Amino acid sequence: MTGSILEIRDLRVAFTGAAKPVRAVDGVDLALVPGEVVALLGESGSGKSVTLRSILRLHPENKTRIEGSIVAAGIDVMALSGAALADFRGKTVSMIFQEPMLALDPVYTLGAQITEAIRKHESGVSADAARKRALGLFERVRIPSPERRLDSYPHELSGGMRQRAMIALALACNPKVLLADEPTTALDATVQVQILLLLRELQRELDLAMIFVTHDIGVGVEVADRIAVMYAGRIVEIGAVRDVIRAPRHPYTIGLLSTRAQGGRLSGKRLPTITGSPPDLASLPPGCAFAPRCSSATSACLEAAPAAVELGHGHAVRCIHTAAVA
Amino acid sequence: MPERAQEILRSPGYWVTVWRRFLRDPVALLAALVVLGLILMAVFAPWIAPQDPFQGMSLQRLKPPGTEGYPLGTDELGRDMLSRLIHGARISLFMGIVPVLCALAIGAAIGVVAGYSGGWTNTLLMRTVDVFFAFPSVLLAVALAGALGPGLFNGLIALTLVFIPPIARVAESVTTGVRTRDYVEAAKASGAGALLIIRKHVLGNVLGPIFVYAMSLIAVSMILAAGLSFLGLGVKPPQPDWGLMLNTLRTAMYTQPLLCALPGVMIFITSIAFNLMTDGLRSAMDIKT
Repeated sequence: MTGSILEIRDLRVAFTGAAKPVRAVDGVDLALVPGEVVALLGESGSGKSVTLRSILRLHPENKTRIEGSIVAAGIDVMALSGAALADFRGKTVSMIFQEPMLALDPVYTLGAQITEAIRKHESGVSADAARKRALGLFERVRIPSPERRLDSYPHELSGGMRQRAMIALALACNPKVLLADEPTTALDATVQVQILLLLRELQRELDLAMIFVTHDIGVGVEVADRIAVMYAGRIVEIGAVRDVIRAPRHPYTIGLLSTRAQGGRLSGKRLPTITGSPPDLASLPPGCAFAPRCSSATSACLEAAPAAVELGHGHAVRCIHTAAVA
Repeated sequence: MPERAQEILRSPGYWVTVWRRFLRDPVALLAALVVLGLILMAVFAPWIAPQDPFQGMSLQRLKPPGTEGYPLGTDELGRDMLSRLIHGARISLFMGIVPVLCALAIGAAIGVVAGYSGGWTNTLLMRTVDVFFAFPSVLLAVALAGALGPGLFNGLIALTLVFIPPIARVAESVTTGVRTRDYVEAAKASGAGALLIIRKHVLGNVLGPIFVYAMSLIAVSMILAAGLSFLGLGVKPPQPDWGLMLNTLRTAMYTQPLLCALPGVMIFITSIAFNLMTDGLRSAMDIKT
């Protein structure tokens, strides 16, 4: 796709620390244009966070094998190393972590951590100027009494305020791509909505491309333009939010959507479930990874991993029964 | 009441909070005052001591505490016990604090490097340290001091070597814990290099616990130093040192039991004061998380 700010091609990540390599990500293609939000949806261990961390090359090098190509804002991420990689992280692509209490250093004030990031990337900035920018960022993420909060330590803030500070930190060096790793999972429901709205607002204002990892379909729908559903290290279905939600084509997506509690309509009844459990990533079957749990699986499903079937409008599904399921 | 609200909201900062919490702990505060008193006593020993600690009166040997002119009695050479105890604090505190500081610098460096690197570097460094761990600390100190020969400086080296392994071990385990924390990954994700991460995010989180642990070793170091002196491997007479005094006075154990217990009492008071102070500091610093 031309004009994309982030392009991932055939990304494969395997963790080689154990006796058998664990293929956490197995051929992911994803491209984002500036100002676009893609939600990576999937259950634990589906490879969504691993994909995200690969974009910043955060996996330990000696225990991970990464293949494929990642290009962000014209920079070939796989070719970066040393100082160039450190410069890329945080400046071109930055990340918001799941648990702000753990992701902020407890022994430094929030202001110190933000100014550190700014001065790391822009060597000419004075301490005063960096602090002014940090203050501006705190106002932008709407932290009350920002002046005082800059001198607070992470443990002195509530969960929602901490996540706002984390967002301010991630935006400190004007990145072009923002990666959000379940940024609302650790927060309570009312705060979740506020943070989602704030992220959406900032993303529009700054024209950021954003990948938003979540396992909550509702959150994905709220925040994203497109949804990519991951299963066992592959994107099994991707498309505009309304296409994927209204007309899901992959049996896994259909299953996921049917497991949601739909208001009061189903009260008193058991929620439907997808039977079985996710496959062992160290010994994936040769065919479709979802086949063992799929009600419409045939013997053809077990032979080869299905290729993506394009359904128009960028809606693509990896299932050989796409026509039949519809 | 907006002003009142501002007062409450203002965050006092980490060390101020630690200090306030420390002040609220009466036992730790008392211990800290005792430690402070001992340090002042050591520093101003020549001015405080009523008599010359080296000048003995052969007619006034082994007088019990309370004797006219000798409030704590005299030792086996007729020297004033009070003056000798005051002067003894100098060497005892020196031998308590300095070896631990030296070991802190070396041990923390080894431990932080091992903990942050992980893998082979960690295995190599820590297994080497473990070799020294295999010996009981007293035995190791005695063996080293014996091999190096008696004397203050050699005793210092021996004690430093004894304390490097435990400090390195603690530093390694704390660093390993910190290394896998999210904020280290977050620092990496926002572009910090390995050196910056070690200097700010690892050391910042690791030095506090290591320092507190090292403080708790000061009492041990003092006792070991006293033990070395007692065995004749540390300070040489006529230097006043609590351990050495314990040694030379032991011959009078049956005639003047109170007198020969005095240096031991000083060692006991000092080490327990250091321990209680460290304990208070540890709990005062345990705020975050």
